[in-house]
Amino acid sequence: MPLRTLRLGVTLLAVVVALALPFTLSNFRLFQFTQVFIYAISLLGLNILTGYNGQISLGHGAFYAVGAYTTAIMLDKWNVPYGWTIPVAGLLCLVAGFLFGIPALRLEGLYLALATFALALAVPQILKYFENWTGGSQGIVLSKPTAPWGLRVNPDQWLYFLTLAVLLLLFVLATNLLAGRTGRAIVAIRDNPIAAQAMGVNTALYKSLTFGVSAGYVGVAGALSALAVAYVAPDAFNVFLSITFLTGIVIGGLASIWGAIFGALFIQFIPNWAQDIAKAAPWAIYGIFLIGFMYAMPRGIAGAIRLLTARAWRPRAEPSGAAPGSPR
Amino acid sequence: MRTRGILCVLALALGVAAATLPLAAETIGVTATEIKIGNTNPYSGPASAYGTIGKVIGAYFKKVNDEGGVNGRKVNYISYDDAYTPPKAVEMVRKLVEQDQVAALFQTLGTPTNTAIHKYVNQQKVPHLFVATGATKWNDPQHFPWTMGWQPNYQTEGRIYAQYILKNFPDAKIGILYQNDDYGKDYRKGLHDGLGEANAKKMIVMEQTYEVTDPTIDSQIVNLKNSGANVFFNVTIPKFAVQAIKKAHDIGWKPTHFLNNVSSSLATVLKPAGLEASRGLITALYMKEITDPQWKNDKGYQDWVAFMKKYYSEGALDDQGNAFGYTVAQAMTLVLKQCGNDLSRENILRQAESLKNVELPLLLPGIKVNTSQTDHAPIEQEQLAKFDGERWATFGELYDAAKK
Repeated sequence: MPLRTLRLGVTLLAVVVALALPFTLSNFRLFQFTQVFIYAISLLGLNILTGYNGQISLGHGAFYAVGAYTTAIMLDKWNVPYGWTIPVAGLLCLVAGFLFGIPALRLEGLYLALATFALALAVPQILKYFENWTGGSQGIVLSKPTAPWGLRVNPDQWLYFLTLAVLLLLFVLATNLLAGRTGRAIVAIRDNPIAAQAMGVNTALYKSLTFGVSAGYVGVAGALSALAVAYVAPDAFNVFLSITFLTGIVIGGLASIWGAIFGALFIQFIPNWAQDIAKAAPWAIYGIFLIGFMYAMPRGIAGAIRLLTARAWRPRAEPSGAAPGSPR
Repeated sequence: MRTRGILCVLALALGVAAATLPLAAETIGVTATEIKIGNTNPYSGPASAYGTIGKVIGAYFKKVNDEGGVNGRKVNYISYDDAYTPPKAVEMVRKLVEQDQVAALFQTLGTPTNTAIHKYVNQQKVPHLFVATGATKWNDPQHFPWTMGWQPNYQTEGRIYAQYILKNFPDAKIGILYQNDDYGKDYRKGLHDGLGEANAKKMIVMEQTYEVTDPTIDSQIVNLKNSGANVFFNVTIPKFAVQAIKKAHDIGWKPTHFLNNVSSSLATVLKPAGLEASRGLITALYMKEITDPQWKNDKGYQDWVAFMKKYYSEGALDDQGNAFGYTVAQAMTLVLKQCGNDLSRENILRQAESLKNVELPLLLPGIKVNTSQTDHAPIEQEQLAKFDGERWATFGELYDAAKK
């Protein structure tokens, strides 16, 4: 299968490039790419829920915050080695997401979006309320982790590698999850819940589980962001963050693993470019980018690439280029 | 194994090369013709109203450059949007320090955003001057020698009111309304500290809070009135200050009303609340309130208006933020001038630490900027003022936090 070989080749090439970056880029750029990876993890998490399972969430910033604060509190209050805080943050968010997913079962589409939006609105205030733990609006200042085992890399490089490793692990897990039975069930629920149920899929359980897994991914990303920024505060997790995530998955490509990377690159770099282009109206420029992208690539960047490669490989295929199992 | 060894050596070599780069350059952020000054401001997001401060500072440096710059060098002011979020502030400040290589950071705005970069800038030894926040922690030269505050902090102001109350209303029954965040709590702490523990317990009869997202604070005002308080310490931002003044007036509650400096604007608070209802309010000032008619013919005010018209015509003339940014930019320009030809980071910090009795045109007469190696709080003086239905009439002596 030449297409598959190509995909493997591109993936390997991307990994090699990612491994080489720390030795060619400045620490500041590395920090930016670390943030791209962190965003990519959350976008992948949100994409599992929204892209594959069809549940729209405007509140994933809340799980990001829970992940970040889990790490911050564990480091600040109990001096837990930071490595342990990442899986704990992920698990905690997985459980929280699963529990939130149960009442969310009753809500469909836009109603769910609104319910999750409430979550995003509430979280900054809840964080301020538990001041003894969260430090209130002052937040918690952390120390940047340094490389273990006497590795000769600086903290920025170490964080980059750590985030990259977590990203790769979570990408492989997501690929496996979505490629198998579970993945088919998740997509089937999105495409036709009644048919899925008739086929014996426990829709309630799968929907809640998907919510949990999705929140868990975002929680891990939040934990990594707390380490990278070395500070958490309620102002970092406002409503805009959740909207940014949704923007990221739509731009990157719904129901696409790779879309998460493209979306992350977009939400990290486009606002900065917009600011460089026009100081006076960066958000207007950002808006133009957004509209331009959506107009040129209605299925996101990943969708466009899929379409192009499909055309190149099978020039006489149907113009839609849609392969079985691809998103709507 | 061998490749890893080579990679490690390569990493080390690059690391060393990167570490020595700044040493190779003469002075970071400075050439024969320009000085790079970095800034972050919330041009978007929930606090974007403050963004005008970042813009007016840019306009002021443009004026400085038009007039020949500082000792022949133009100020290259680079200001990025941090949307008032800590992660973005970290990213943008790292960009300023590591990529743009600014000589100093100046007036980075916001308490959470500055907290996020506090450690970093001190590790990098970048002057982090005149930060735009009222928190107390910026004056800590022992642990954070590169960071310096600017305005009087909220706790100081709270203590000023406490002293005045103790002196003039020893039997006061105090009711407090404050915003439920670090800004409100700082004021509250200042008042408590100033009264002393025993007095605070005895005199404060009720404390009410509100959330910045609340639609109204009417019920809090009614509660405060019913508590029998005869002194009202009003720690609210302009929107709620208007409501509080109006409501207290409407329900016939006439306490001695202390209004925090944050909401002392005639244009945005007292006029909307009603000048009659505002009569008798007491506040603490360190700047000229630009919408106060008593400064109409003041030279400092008129110069500022002329500057605004020429360099920042889209900026509002009733926004105190524009006077604030103008004033702090004047202080920064002075620091750069004092540096002479030595614009190393060490010297910029040293000069910022050696401001002695500096008076600026929009500070209240008598208020002086003072700094030293052990004093990183430039403005520590304030004066009480009472609203007489038309203007803020200052009274009493200047309060100086540095002397107490």
